[in-house]
Amino acid sequence: MSDRGFTPVAGLNPPLPVRRIELPSSVAGYAANLFNGFFEWFGSLGIFSWRVLRAAVTPPYEWRELIRQLDEVGSKSLPLVAMAGAAIGVILSLEARYTLSRFGAKSMFPATLVYSVIQVMGPVITGLVVSGRVGAGMGAELASMKVTEQIDAIEASAINPYRLLAATRILACILMLPLLTIATDACALLTGWFAQAMVEPLSFHQFIANGFNGATFSAFLPQTFKTAVYGLIIGLIACFQGMRTRGGAAGVGRAATNSVVLASLFLILADVVLVKFILVFFP
Amino acid sequence: MATAYDIAVKQAEPEQDSPAPFVVVEKVYKSFDGHRVLNGISLRVDQGETLAVLGRSGTGKSVLLRLIIGLDTPDSGAIRIHGQAIAGLALDRMGEIRKKMGFVFQQAALYDSLSVQENVAFPLEHHRRDMSKSERTDRVRQLLAEVGLDGDIDKMPSDISGGMQKRVGLARALALEPEILLLDEPTAGLDPISSAEIDELILKLQRERRMASVVVTHDLHSARTIAGRLALLNEGDVVIEGTFEDLQQSEIGFVKEFLKQS
Repeated sequence: MSDRGFTPVAGLNPPLPVRRIELPSSVAGYAANLFNGFFEWFGSLGIFSWRVLRAAVTPPYEWRELIRQLDEVGSKSLPLVAMAGAAIGVILSLEARYTLSRFGAKSMFPATLVYSVIQVMGPVITGLVVSGRVGAGMGAELASMKVTEQIDAIEASAINPYRLLAATRILACILMLPLLTIATDACALLTGWFAQAMVEPLSFHQFIANGFNGATFSAFLPQTFKTAVYGLIIGLIACFQGMRTRGGAAGVGRAATNSVVLASLFLILADVVLVKFILVFFP
Repeated sequence: MATAYDIAVKQAEPEQDSPAPFVVVEKVYKSFDGHRVLNGISLRVDQGETLAVLGRSGTGKSVLLRLIIGLDTPDSGAIRIHGQAIAGLALDRMGEIRKKMGFVFQQAALYDSLSVQENVAFPLEHHRRDMSKSERTDRVRQLLAEVGLDGDIDKMPSDISGGMQKRVGLARALALEPEILLLDEPTAGLDPISSAEIDELILKLQRERRMASVVVTHDLHSARTIAGRLALLNEGDVVIEGTFEDLQQSEIGFVKEFLKQS
């Protein structure tokens, strides 16, 4: 190997550069790097969150950008979550009918479908679909703005980018996720009922009456409004990953991928905590 | 022998009936990943004055501009805008200072989802909320006319040339009527005719507005045309600061080499 770190390749002039891979000297070194990276990431996320929070609660408020983001997150995600909800409704209907028939509990079908959709599947499916669409979009958009110095230009124009770009997007996600979840639930229940009605007669009125029989608001509202936390996770991670991007087109790609992967992962992890929280406080 | 810093500090000392210089850079150090880019640099710029910062690529010229507008922070040293040290200021407080500054980026950094007109209107929409829409439109048209782009207001940044993008960037930087203008390589990548047009435009704006300007460039011809004072950087230090004639008469090897190669 030459002193420049290149390995000469016979027949090629100049030699092709071969990147040196810096390997930690030991497993302990690797673990230490991983550990440091983990805490550095969370530390940066904490600082970012504080800046966004401070920017969000102090004037001037960016109402116009917020409305644009509400449309971007809400209206433009609606067809996607509606289709996902419809598909989930049919799948749950088919599975529930088969399983309940085996145990002689067909009369429980409406309640099973309603509770499965509203308490479990609707919120999670909505979160994951929005995480894929909005998280990737936001991450890539902000990363692209970062690498082309557009975010610097906003800051140089005496405009707080945490307020204009991050706070509006995160708030839009928080506000829109519960509404999109309601849309997902509605579509899932509709198609779930329809799939059942195609096999045996069941009026929609009867399906709803049986499904919600004895249900209270506390059985459904916390499950629906917990998706505001999903919105916070999706918006925060997408904006954080986008606004800290480095490294041109490859960096933009990484930011988009990381936004989706991390938001989806944290969303599912958060659900574990939220479900326990809801069971404790809304028994 | 007095160093450039001593001269800068002496000049920066407040005198009676003398306003603070618009921009003062005092003993600023900056490193990236252990590599020192600026090595205790000191400069000052007064009202109506244009300072051109010259040097080879990678000598920290653009970093200096980013430090002046607060996009990066120095490792040590101070930067004062109108006598106010900007280190450690909160983003909103820094924003108040930035309203008096205009920054033209090397790659223009136009908002690619907005038209030319919307790009120039952007700072006005956020800081001049008292302006009506028609007043804002008139102001944008006037700014674009000043930079010779009144016919392309509805085009997108991707549909115009690099030179036109720089003009739009300049119009955007001028929107809030700044007292300090920072230009990062305003003629880089342009053909000689476009470069000369940009130089002429900058000169015209300086005559009309009497801003303090810092122009970062490696184009000696452009620097000589638009700046009254030049500072030559090498390895993070100011090698020489003065007029073009001072540079020509210098016996410093690097200065001679730079002038010879430019």
